[in-house]
Formats: sequence, C-alpha cells, structure tokens
Amino acid sequence: MSSDNHEKHEEKQTFSGKSSLEEIVRQNKELEEQEEERRKELYSRWMEGTGPDAEFVISTRVRLARNICNFPFPSLASDEQLEKIFGMVERTFREHQDKLPGFRFLNIHALPPVYRQVLVEKHLISPLLTKETYARALAVAEDEVVSFMVNEEDHFRIQCILPGLQLEQAWLTASRYDDLLESQVDYAFHEELGFLTACPTNVGTGLRVSVMLHLPALVITRRINHILAAVNQVSLAVRGLYGEGTEMTGNLFQISNQITLGQSEEEIWQNLYGVTRQLINQEKKAREQLLNEGREKLEDRAGRAFGILLHARLLTSQEAMQLLSDVRLGVDLGLIKKIPTRVLNELLVVTRPGCLQYLKGRPLNAYERDLERAVQIQKILQDYK
Amino acid sequence: MLCQSCGKNNASVHVTQIVNGEKTEVYLCEACAREKGEIIDFPWEGKFPLHQFFSGFMGLVPHGGGGTAKKAASSGLQCSACGLTHAQFGQIGRFGCSRCYEAFGEALIPLFRRLHGNPKHMGKIPARAGADVKIKKEIERLRQELQKKIAEEAFEEAAQIRDEIRRLESGGRRLGGGSFEQR
Repeated sequence: MSSDNHEKHEEKQTFSGKSSLEEIVRQNKELEEQEEERRKELYSRWMEGTGPDAEFVISTRVRLARNICNFPFPSLASDEQLEKIFGMVERTFREHQDKLPGFRFLNIHALPPVYRQVLVEKHLISPLLTKETYARALAVAEDEVVSFMVNEEDHFRIQCILPGLQLEQAWLTASRYDDLLESQVDYAFHEELGFLTACPTNVGTGLRVSVMLHLPALVITRRINHILAAVNQVSLAVRGLYGEGTEMTGNLFQISNQITLGQSEEEIWQNLYGVTRQLINQEKKAREQLLNEGREKLEDRAGRAFGILLHARLLTSQEAMQLLSDVRLGVDLGLIKKIPTRVLNELLVVTRPGCLQYLKGRPLNAYERDLERAVQIQKILQDYK
Repeated sequence: MLCQSCGKNNASVHVTQIVNGEKTEVYLCEACAREKGEIIDFPWEGKFPLHQFFSGFMGLVPHGGGGTAKKAASSGLQCSACGLTHAQFGQIGRFGCSRCYEAFGEALIPLFRRLHGNPKHMGKIPARAGADVKIKKEIERLRQELQKKIAEEAFEEAAQIRDEIRRLESGGRRLGGGSFEQR
C-alpha cells in the first residue's frame, strides 16, 4: 500500500516537471513514427496504379485452388492432419528460400485478430481464415503479388494480384508457382475432372480470374444495371470490393469467371479479358457523354468531393468510398489537380476498419473509426491540395 | 435504394423470381429478406444460401415431386475414404475429400453440367499428378492381370506382376503419396 502511494506520488512529480513534457512530446513522436511505419506496411504492389488501363482497372487477380491427394479437405480434416500439411508447407518455404526469395510465412493462429482483418482488407486472405485459424497459414511474397493460403477451403489457394489489366501475366505467374508447389506435393488430380476441389464450383482448372473495375460514369448515366445483367449472361459474376456477399460501393465492381470446368485456362481469362475490354469501352463512352453534357457538373462533383475529404471530421466507410470515386473520376478526366492513382488506391485500403485499428494500434468503435478515417484521409491528401 | 417492403432500411438483397416465365424483381433490406425466407443462415457458412441451391440442383430436395426417384438412387452413396454420404454432400455443398468425386461418380455429372456446362477438364495437366494418372491406370490394369494369374495358379508370373505393382506404387513417397490419411 505504502509503496503504491509512493509510486503514485512519483508519477505526479514527473508529470508536473519540465522533463516530462519533453517525454510526452517524444512519446507522441514515437507513436506517429510507428503509425507512419505501419502505413508503409499496408502497401502492396497492386496499389501501384500502373499497368495497362489502370484508369479503369484497379487490379487483376488470379487464384488457383489445389489439394493434396489422400488427405481430407480442411473442413473435414483433423487437427493432426491440418498440422501435417501446415508443417510440410512451413518446411518447404524454409528449405527453398532460393526459389521463394522474400516470402514471409505467417501462422494465422498466432496473429492478432486485427492483423488478420488487415490481411483480408489487402485481399491476401479470405474472411474464412479469420474464423478458422488453427493450422492455417499465409505465405506471401515481399511485394505481395504472389501468395499462398494454406488450409483454407482447399489445402492451397495460390494467388497472384497485379495492378491494372494484366490477366495473362497474372495467370502465367500463378501457374509458375503452381508448378513449384506441385514439385513438392502430390496433387488431387483426376483425368476427366481435373483438379479436385472442396467446392464443386471450383473443380477442373481450380481457376478464378477477376478484375476490379472502377465504372463511375456507367453508374452516373444509369447504364450499369443493363450492362451488369449482360455480364451475368456470359457466365461471369459481378461482386463488390470484397467478393461474395459484399456491397458494391465506390463504383467498384469485381468481375470474375464462374465456370472452372470444361474450358482451358486461356479460354477462361480471355473471356474475362474480352468482356473487360467492352466494359472499358462503354465506360469511356459514358465519360465522354458526361463531359459533353456538362463538364462543369463533373468538375463541381470532383471538387466538392475533394473538399469534403479534406475537411470532414467524421467519414463513414461508405461515404469515403463514394467521395474517393468522385475524386478519382475528376483526376482521370483532368478536371482537378493530379493525385497519383497509387495514393487513391492506398486510401481504399487504409480507410478500412481493420487497417485503421492497426494504424492506431488499438481497437476503435464505429464512431472512433469514422473520426480516424477522416484524420487519415486528411493526412494523406494534404500534399495534393 | 430503400427496401421495397419496409421502406426504411437500405436494400441489400435483390430477389429475382421467375414464375411461369413472369419475371419479378424486388429489392429488400436484410431484415425483411430474412423474414420472407429469402435468406437462410447456416451455422457453418455466411448468409448466402449456397447449399440450398446445390440441394435444388441435385434433386435432393423434392420440389413439386420431380426429384424423388433420383434421390432414392443416389442417397445410398458414401465415400469410403472420408465417410461423407451423397446426401450430406447435398446439404453442405462441399466434398469431404478428393475421393468423394469417385465415390459419387455418375451422380455428380448433372451437377457439373449445370454449374459448368461441359463436365470434362480441358485445362492444365500437372506434370507429376498428370503422370500419376497414367501410372494409376497401369497399376489398375496390372492388378486385374494379377488376379487372373492367381486364378490360373501361374504364381511365378503373378509374383513378377506383384513386384511391378510395388515398384510403381513406391514411386511417390511424398506427403499425399501412398494411402489415405485416416483420422
């Protein structure tokens, strides 16, 4: 008791002293540096804003579902079986660092929940891996272009995510890592049905190719519903930013193949490529039309959005996404001052709930997140006023 | 867009119904959709009634009577490796292991046709697992040959075939090679 009082007394003294003020300033600076460091960590190469048609296509993603034969799929596997696969992959990554330079091997179970959320928001793991974590892993390259999920719905999910429209490049890259993995394990492969997967919607090639499109002019001109209905007709799925069941916000649309069996990988990505080209052409036409109808209206829209992003104190995720979309369109059309696409892409990720909490290093409730979102956006956009 | 049922919340569920060729579209909020039975929660999945779709696809859920004959024919199927039955597969929409594909065999073809159109793999053939397909076929052929030789009491030749089978089988001793991992 007495020592307790003594400590409290000392604490008071240091807080009132001059040196403690310096201490607080130093601590604050440290926190800010830490935040800056973490913000850099949030960056992945797909946010680069380069690549073909980067004005319309934010990123291209390819994933391959693969399984080891003679093991039950993860949902039915015992802990020991999951551990066996986990251990094998960990060993492989350790022993083959020459072929897999810069890969990090992350044990999902050992990660703090908020960091798991960050990985979802960066498109590196699926929401399933934030719930089922035991003996689950993510192996990810330094630039985060290539990654492997271990013991998700399938034993392996190989992913390649690139900036802009680069379907062929992404497929070839993923296929190369597929070959590398196959040199280490025996795949479940059937000559009639191809690669065998836990879900019948992935069997065959196990290939899902997708593009993330920004189509604001098609939304403003109200043509989007017609066009997306047509996309559905050619066996492609349209989803929101975070895949199945997520809302479509910020005029961002994820288009992906649904058929995985009975077509070759080339046919699958070329089909998506063809449809994407058409969507880009339609979006271009709609942008021209909007410019012809009233350039000032678009300038006004983008300028207002930029103003709100710079000065708002509270921003919901939904509002921020819409405003960022308006600004992006303004920048693309040269109506407002240039902000690098990279910065706009980073903002899409930094303003997600998990990322905000990771940056601050503590849990934030919805209100605190709206506050922090506005703070982060201001900080980043400050340089482009 | 606001929910067309309660008019209060934002609509997040788009329901398209086609009844006798008449198409109706409704936009609902999550609460109203759930109330109307458009969303069914499964404890092991998100909010997407994927499994129901599969059940419907496979004729496991009798809707209007058509599927009952099929149900009787396929419900007895069970995967000997992981124990999953065809009926369970119909409910959860996921296979238990890669052997399920063989176990349910022909019963899966209509599902693959509906999901993908062409039920034959046209894509990449992996270097090793693809080679294994050939080896497996060879082993199968040799096993039949072995049975024949044993029946003929040609034991010397049978022993040779047995050794050949062993040689082929010991080809892959990696993880996943060999026999099925029992729990």
